[in-house]
Amino acid sequence: MIEIRGLEKFFGNLQVLKGVDLDVRKGEVLSIIGASGSGKSTLLYCINGLEPIQKGSIKVDGTDVHAKSTNINHLRQKMGMVFQQWNSFPHLTALENVALAPKIVKGMSKAQARDIAAKQLEHVGLGDKLDAYPSALSGGQQQRLAIARALAMEPTYMLFDEATSALDPELVGEVLDAMRLLAQEGMTMICVTHEMGFARDVSDRVAFVHEGIIEEIDTPTEIFGAPKSDLLKKFLSNIR
Amino acid sequence: MEPTISFFSGFQLSDLWYLAEAAWRTLLISACAIAIGTTLGAVFGWMLYEGKLAATLTLNPILDVFRSVPLIIQLVLFYNFAPIIGLNLDPFMSGVVILSIYCASLVANVARGGMEAVGKPMRRAARSLGMSYWQDLRHVVLPIGGRAVFPSWVGVALGVMKDSALVSVLGYIELLKASQILVTRTQEPLLILTIAGAFYFALSYPISRYAAALEQRWST
Repeated sequence: MIEIRGLEKFFGNLQVLKGVDLDVRKGEVLSIIGASGSGKSTLLYCINGLEPIQKGSIKVDGTDVHAKSTNINHLRQKMGMVFQQWNSFPHLTALENVALAPKIVKGMSKAQARDIAAKQLEHVGLGDKLDAYPSALSGGQQQRLAIARALAMEPTYMLFDEATSALDPELVGEVLDAMRLLAQEGMTMICVTHEMGFARDVSDRVAFVHEGIIEEIDTPTEIFGAPKSDLLKKFLSNIR
Repeated sequence: MEPTISFFSGFQLSDLWYLAEAAWRTLLISACAIAIGTTLGAVFGWMLYEGKLAATLTLNPILDVFRSVPLIIQLVLFYNFAPIIGLNLDPFMSGVVILSIYCASLVANVARGGMEAVGKPMRRAARSLGMSYWQDLRHVVLPIGGRAVFPSWVGVALGVMKDSALVSVLGYIELLKASQILVTRTQEPLLILTIAGAFYFALSYPISRYAAALEQRWST
């Protein structure tokens, strides 16, 4: 379970998160929607400890992410993260990309790590690309590679930061399919997304973030069918 | 008629061996300086990259001095003044020290450039997988950044090898010093210097070919 209480985050003098409270249960798929610059990506970075926070707390399975005593490298193994830019390691093949972290972070043997990597690549539909270098893969394939790379650490939670925003339109589908599959398998997911169709179909809950606070959070049916706040109504009317 | 004693004698085959030995010493001093200088330079580059302001204010001016003062002046100054602080180094060691620092001051900027070539998103992705700072540095930044600046580094290394000729002013008999000795004896500068040049070429060319082959392999 991820518990966020009174989270505030500043970049210099600019406050990007203004008191966020949020619980994410195991097995839940939560989509976060909102305009660019509303702080939704920053929220993910804070959950993964990639950005320091100024106030409040984030606990993952009871462990405070930002406490000095927390071994953040250890805690991050519970949280796979997929970024807008896929960031494949260009000097490694697809298989080596995925096997690297299990090998050096978890200390697995080379054979073990390769087995897991092959399995995860198969899972995202890249079973025939094990020995390909990222430069030979399309954006969609590289993003699926990034998903496999995160999954290879066998995380409890998956965080997606606009995983399809940097993709050509025709490549969005294959990545969303991989994410759908994960959701169906019961993975706990937090997805910052601009894909309203995905948010509506796959999520258990949708959070609408506006200027650093969660303006509205509810089931997709309520959020998309009966939005309460004017800001959300305006946001939805703008994207349709 | 008494035969006149001549200080001069023509070029002999044994002189070629003499030059080959000197070329070996050029290779030796260069290899030592490049190895030490690259290691030091990588550390300096990392300090410049991470330390930001503090390192820029302290380390950068020092490296600037070593980069801008002509190597020959550094060598003579160090060789003659190091004994004052109790460092009695022979010409070889003095040469290694100064060439290493010179090499390090050049490599520092190359190394920093390499680290900057690996963007923050890439490093965040590595860290998000649970890699520690050092694991990220070793397994992501080093191979990616290293390849990005490898051609510049080869340039620095070959430059240091050629600049090692300046250690001859300290009396270390490397390729250039050996050639000068032979020129004095044979009075055949054109021939000797051509042979010396060929030796330098024979040392650098395989390195630059090998480097090019590596780059080719990485780019596929």
